[in-house]
Amino acid sequence: MTSFLKHLGGHAGRIVLTLVFALPLVFMLVSSFKPDDEIFSDLGSLRAFLPVGALSLDNYTAVFQRVPAARFLLNSVLISSITVVLGIIVNSLAAFALSRMRWPGRKLVLTAIIATLIVPFETFALPLVWWVNQLPLLRINGFHLEWTTGWLDTYQVQIVPFVANAFSIFFFHQYFQSIPKELDEAAVMEGAGWFTIYRRIVMPLSGPAVATVAILTFLPAWNSYLWPLMVVQSENLRPVMVGISYFFQLNVGWGQIMAYSSMITVPILALFVAFQRSFVNSIASTGVKG
Amino acid sequence: MIAALERLRPVRRTRTTHARRRESLTALGMATPAVVLLIVFLVVPVALAFALAFTDARLISPTPARFVGLRNFTLLFQDPVFYKSLRNTAYFAAVVVPLQAGLALVLALLVNAKVRGVNFFRTVYFLPVVTSMVVVSLLWTFLYRQDGLVNHVISGLTLGHVHGPDWLGDPATAMPAIILMSVWQGVGFHMIIWLAGLQTIPAELYEAADLDGAARWHRFLHVTWPGLRATRTFVLVTITIAAFSLFTQIRVMTQGGPLDSTTTVVYQAVHTGYDQQQTAYAAAISLAFFVLVLSVSLVQRFLTREKD
Repeated sequence: MTSFLKHLGGHAGRIVLTLVFALPLVFMLVSSFKPDDEIFSDLGSLRAFLPVGALSLDNYTAVFQRVPAARFLLNSVLISSITVVLGIIVNSLAAFALSRMRWPGRKLVLTAIIATLIVPFETFALPLVWWVNQLPLLRINGFHLEWTTGWLDTYQVQIVPFVANAFSIFFFHQYFQSIPKELDEAAVMEGAGWFTIYRRIVMPLSGPAVATVAILTFLPAWNSYLWPLMVVQSENLRPVMVGISYFFQLNVGWGQIMAYSSMITVPILALFVAFQRSFVNSIASTGVKG
Repeated sequence: MIAALERLRPVRRTRTTHARRRESLTALGMATPAVVLLIVFLVVPVALAFALAFTDARLISPTPARFVGLRNFTLLFQDPVFYKSLRNTAYFAAVVVPLQAGLALVLALLVNAKVRGVNFFRTVYFLPVVTSMVVVSLLWTFLYRQDGLVNHVISGLTLGHVHGPDWLGDPATAMPAIILMSVWQGVGFHMIIWLAGLQTIPAELYEAADLDGAARWHRFLHVTWPGLRATRTFVLVTITIAAFSLFTQIRVMTQGGPLDSTTTVVYQAVHTGYDQQQTAYAAAISLAFFVLVLSVSLVQRFLTREKD
């Protein structure tokens, strides 16, 4: 009986917290289908969280009429997925060299990479803006290729600086070390080169690590705001988060803000819920053991 | 026979040194892309934060940057907004770090129980973490209005006795409102980290405590809390660094106002560096910020070091 009560108490706490965490998001999604006057008149009752009343897709169509939201979505999908793919290749290769091969200086390089983890991006974001503006750039001008300077206002400035990632290297390194080294030795006996071992043995065995790095690269790339805010001016290169902050400044209705918000949030949440078991567990198992 | 082996040995040695050399070269080739990218986009800009802070560099300028010594820093230390930014940043961190770490631990203990549906609760508590801070900020800007949802809930719970303020419009409540929302968004992440720590504590310790008839609170104090030492350091350091980096919420919700009550160091750096194009001055702010973050996390590491 006491243990039943104890469970009941714990469960009541969990349910109250569920409401606290879920209801603002439910409110966002539900409001995206309501006209503005109804959003406001529903605030005083539970109707605020229920899909009732005059529901329509009007807010969504209005978003697409006001701004090139489809272009923003495409930009973000492109930028995030290229960053993920390049990041997996570049970081896993480095981690492979650091964890499974023997060469002078590898310990020093690994220590230096891990040391960079404590530097928050915000401390060097502004010098980085100045710096990428000095970098050389190969541009297509009509039928000519020409060298200019300055990466501001390009796709690459939103991708290349985020490809190499110390945390991803560290994560792959930890994972690769758990794969038996005997596999490499056997493969070397068979005459396989190191790249073959990487591509045919280690990577195929690292599915969970690849998935985790993919999600941990995708989320910040999709959610990034500070960086594209500073380096992108053209509307046609704008990603979704900068797009929504400009959209907000147009003084549009709240229903439309909620529609835009839902559009760029709900697919990511759905993806997360689908993969949450492996995702949450893998963060949990690597977060602190360093 | 021995002579034959003697003759073979040098040949074999060259082969292994050859193989070693090839291994080193291949390894270097594999590590180079990541190392070069980290140097170009992390090490160089960090060094530039130091260098640019002593110049008059602007983002777009026809004249090359000149060395101006400590001028940016003298300006910075005379800037009243900088002191407000420092104070607000410290205020935010001082409240968010214990609040978020503590609440995350409570959540972790709640979802570490072996009861039905625990996976569901973990997922729900994590949903705000996956949601972008820009979206969260816009959503809560609406919830925090004078006639918004938060005030409707408050007056509903108090049966109409309390009418909430215009949360973001009042200098007294703007920062607390942003703190509350930030904890709501970020607490799920640290719940997962605590959860990982809880799962490394051996079950035998709890069984032994149960045999001794330890009460729940004692079990927590003598088994759980000591078992979480490494996790504690990690959680404290990551929340502190994240708290010091407060920017997006400010940019979207208040732009530092009302009356500079929510301006922060990173917000001020971006505002001067990006909106006003004063790259060098922003680099000086970034440098001050860098020193701040580094010294606080070093002090934290020192205080939470392993004492054995």
